[in-house]
Amino acid sequence: MLKLPIYLDNNATTPLDPRVLEAMMPYLTEVFGNAASRNHPFGWAAEEAVDYSRDQIAKLIGCDPKEIIFTSGATESDNLGIKGVFEMYSQKGNHVITATTEHKAVLDTCKHIEKLGGRVTYLPVNEEGLISLEELEAAMTPETILVTIMYGNNETGTIQPIREIAKIAHKHGALFMTDGTQAVGKIPVDVIADGIDIMAFTAHKMYGPKGVGALYVRRKNPRVKVTAQMDGGGHERGMRSGTLNVPGIVGLGKACELAMLEMEADTARLSAMRDRLERELLTLEESYVNGSREHRLPHVTNISFKYVEGEGLMMGVKDLAVSSGSACTSASLEPSYVLKALGLSDDLAHSSLRFGLSRFTTDEQIDYAIGHVKEAVTKLREMSPLWEMFKEGVDLSKIEWAEH
Amino acid sequence: MAYSDKVIDHYSNPRNVGTLDKSKKNVGTGLVGAPECGDVMRLQIEVDEATNTITDAKFKTFGCGSAIASSSLATEWLKGKTVDEALAIDNMEIVEELALPPVKIHCSVLAEDAIKSAISDYRVKNGMPALELSHH
Repeated sequence: MLKLPIYLDNNATTPLDPRVLEAMMPYLTEVFGNAASRNHPFGWAAEEAVDYSRDQIAKLIGCDPKEIIFTSGATESDNLGIKGVFEMYSQKGNHVITATTEHKAVLDTCKHIEKLGGRVTYLPVNEEGLISLEELEAAMTPETILVTIMYGNNETGTIQPIREIAKIAHKHGALFMTDGTQAVGKIPVDVIADGIDIMAFTAHKMYGPKGVGALYVRRKNPRVKVTAQMDGGGHERGMRSGTLNVPGIVGLGKACELAMLEMEADTARLSAMRDRLERELLTLEESYVNGSREHRLPHVTNISFKYVEGEGLMMGVKDLAVSSGSACTSASLEPSYVLKALGLSDDLAHSSLRFGLSRFTTDEQIDYAIGHVKEAVTKLREMSPLWEMFKEGVDLSKIEWAEH
Repeated sequence: MAYSDKVIDHYSNPRNVGTLDKSKKNVGTGLVGAPECGDVMRLQIEVDEATNTITDAKFKTFGCGSAIASSSLATEWLKGKTVDEALAIDNMEIVEELALPPVKIHCSVLAEDAIKSAISDYRVKNGMPALELSHH
């Protein structure tokens, strides 16, 4: 029997893998020591667990274990990376380059450094959600200290040309940072081959616990340093003070280990399910995939259904836990800024649904989702005056709508 | 957002969805709202000219559950009313009946606008002056 609602919002968060919980359990109970306690076995056991986790993470992203700074999650990591570089490299310059489709943790941090006298370039994206390498190159200046472009987008799954971006940043003497939140654990990420200097990521997007994340900070070629954003005991090589969240860190490590073991099989299974979901939903007329279909995370699709209103659509797909491109919890509708950056009109942005699959998604759930969405869209279109006009060949852009 | 049972009922089982023949002289059509605002309602009435009574009402709505419910409810209320009685329908009656939260009051306003717009169209088609439509 299928349990409803079906969870297809795995870009927001993933369930904890039972194997991750199992690894964490002892550290929530008997192994409770402070990893910074150097004088007794309680502390040593905790430190050992943290070091083991560093190894597991390092293997997944191809770095040295010493290059991992534990944080509370991707938002903190993004803040630490951007603000930390801005402070540390203020002698060199004050210019940061990012993109309009970044997560708010990056965009709002960039807004913050603008207030501190920084200059930020927000690169636009094309209709596929990709930045232009030419525009990036043109934006580089001698004052550019950091280029920060996300690996895979949270709303559309679009993967940026990370290696090429890193090359351009390095050619001009800037550091390259990426928000790897959606990509790490889902697709192969190799900080050496990719040319990444700083990378933010988190456990709860890859079947780990919430409240723990990491910042990769390169130690050689070049040696990168970030100024700590919290003062305290000088943990994590002085870059992030605060008693380590040992059970969370153990969970992040285990999640990385499982990701490494199962990535290939998960990717094959999830992309096949995603493609089937997408193929079936695209049989509905006037439905469109948002973002690049070529350069994309394997478990995500974002589809707009024209002539259907977003909130009505969300109500119609009540058996699915999905996200909509519409943040209309109030009378003022605010369509997704990411979809708007791709050039979507407000109405198409509003009528979009994001499906994020997980390791635990089943074929049966996808079958149900296909039927449920098709039924809702069809029913709402039968009720939609815009759909009727479209079917009659009326050009909706020529109508003088009465504003209200 | 939590919807009231009545909104869910109208959304799930909308009354009087459809299209009346707008070329008929005794059919009035109101089309209100705008796609970029997220709501478009089309409400139609068919009037028995002898008795000035609304004999049929149909709607189609592009919008959220509250907008669909407001227009569905409006068509239910319109049937059997005289045109003058229909003109007296106030959006706050819809708000009360559907228990709409403050952020959804605009849906009821749109439904009232749609009723008045349909009546005005009927009047113009039958040689009467248009209504002064106050756009909220």
